[in-house]
Amino acid sequence: MLFGLLCITFTISHVAPGDPARLAAGPDATPSMVETIRVQYGLDRPLPVQFGQYLRGVLRGDLGRSLRTRETVAADLARYFPNTFELVTGAMLLAVGLGVPLGILSAVYRDTWVDQLTRVVSVSGIAIPAFWLGLMLQLLLALELGIVPLGGRLGLMTAPPPPVTHLLFVDALLAGQWRVFGDALAHAVLPTVTLCFPALAAIVRVNRAEMLETLKQDYIVNARAQGVSELRIVARYALKNAMIPTLAMIGLRYGWMLGGTVLVETVFDWPGIGLYAVASAVSSDFQPIMGVTLVIGLNFMLANFLVDLAYSWLDPRVRPAGTA
Amino acid sequence: MSGAVASGSAGAWLAERGAAARELRFYARVFARSAASLLGLGLVLVFLLMAALGPFVVPYPEDARGAVHLDQKLRPPGARHWFGTDEVGTDIYTRVVLGARVSLRIGLVITVLGAAIGVPLGIVAGYVGGAVGEIIMRVTDIFLSVPALVLALAIVGALGPGIVNAIVALGLVWWPGYVRLVQSKTLALKGQVFVEAARAVGTGRLRIVFVHILPNCVSPITVKASMDMGSAILAAAGLGFIGLGAQPPYPEWGAMISHGRNYLPTWWWYSAFPGLFIYLTVLGFNLLGDGLRDVLDPRSREQG
Repeated sequence: MLFGLLCITFTISHVAPGDPARLAAGPDATPSMVETIRVQYGLDRPLPVQFGQYLRGVLRGDLGRSLRTRETVAADLARYFPNTFELVTGAMLLAVGLGVPLGILSAVYRDTWVDQLTRVVSVSGIAIPAFWLGLMLQLLLALELGIVPLGGRLGLMTAPPPPVTHLLFVDALLAGQWRVFGDALAHAVLPTVTLCFPALAAIVRVNRAEMLETLKQDYIVNARAQGVSELRIVARYALKNAMIPTLAMIGLRYGWMLGGTVLVETVFDWPGIGLYAVASAVSSDFQPIMGVTLVIGLNFMLANFLVDLAYSWLDPRVRPAGTA
Repeated sequence: MSGAVASGSAGAWLAERGAAARELRFYARVFARSAASLLGLGLVLVFLLMAALGPFVVPYPEDARGAVHLDQKLRPPGARHWFGTDEVGTDIYTRVVLGARVSLRIGLVITVLGAAIGVPLGIVAGYVGGAVGEIIMRVTDIFLSVPALVLALAIVGALGPGIVNAIVALGLVWWPGYVRLVQSKTLALKGQVFVEAARAVGTGRLRIVFVHILPNCVSPITVKASMDMGSAILAAAGLGFIGLGAQPPYPEWGAMISHGRNYLPTWWWYSAFPGLFIYLTVLGFNLLGDGLRDVLDPRSREQG
């Protein structure tokens, strides 16, 4: 799987007509300067050799060097990835935290105004362009009302906390710097809300459908007949079963969110791997894009693996025989 | 004798046509029961009309071709310019309406490319199976493990920015969904009695695929294609917004939003209206897809 991904990233960047060495050398470089760079970055060797080098490098954690930032891609990714991780995780938590109750509410109060309103949210969430939603939120909440900052991760006047985990929120808490934490939170509000929208829509949809299905089951009817309260039925009996497909959804959506973060980070100047990828793509800098693609693919695989684990914990039927 | 056969088959043909018409009327009734489906159909029709008639109905058709009226720049929405004007004084309403043609064409090309690559691969993977099928599904899984937009970004980054490259990139990453869909459908159909019967009487492979399997895949493909029109338009607008898609003065919605971004918050109309049009188009195709699914594929409804 990983090998396949490496093949794809490598192919994309090397079949391209552009000449990265010439781009890196600048518009008025002499042919000999271009040639020096070509040799320096190993771009003059045959493709299979370059691929072999790339593979060996990746296994040692060497993802090449960015022609734009003149840093190793691994160092750049290590700097930017924690920011993306915090954004995506926050957005996913928000999407689940809002989406599951909304889905349940609209199933329990089916065809009432609650359901209709939720449906508007869930249909719009998929159709609305995230970058446009982000801009409009910026326009309204940051520029007109001034409630939240426009973009970035921290205010200009805020010094970042001492790096321990490189996760800004965690570091601020560890250092006990509440003001920094608050500032980081204020900066995170708009991008998180913007990014969570499509996932929120999908989670609401799946949860509603699954809840409707579950509420029709015999054991629910039975519980109801025995006089179990409606709240207990929903919270105790139905929720757990309805969560199973939601969980599968989360794994899939996590990957899509990593795609969506590219646009959202661009809107909000969020210094994550999405912004890094865009800046690299605009300047035909291949190695960073390959690195970002790889990191996102890895994360997606990891997320799905974790979801599979959680699955077998929630649903005994899919547990391998013997462990139940 | 031969006349009787002919009239018999003509009668059968007429009866079949009557049945088909009845079926169609039934579908239409089911479809029309849902207000959301009708809204979706309405929106899609409006945008199709806009794409077809755009150049004939807009007030300033020359504004999409790089006309400059500096005396009119950055006017707010009003009677002369419904959606205001941009920094060189071109009418935003004109450009947004003409953008419908651009975006619908982009969405269509991406969707058709994706289906053209994905459907044959899915049929081969499902019907032939074996090692070939295994390889196809593996490659599909790898492509599915990276979000389409990120892969497209990588491809456009390699090919260089521009609308054609953006379309090519998105088309190249759009097929895996179709492989999954068609493969599972083909696998399910392969075990059906009518396909086994066809095989038993010696029908060739190609004929089975084209006569028995493909027609049964048409409804799910149609539903997916309708949804994909929406998401492909969204993805292409995203690339335009980043600056890797259509380049100005080409009237593409994503690129317009990206340009208008520099004029926020004072000249808000510059970004606001193109985005609204993207939203309504995508909404239309999604609702239409939902409605089509309820009609054509009722068993799979509510599944995502």
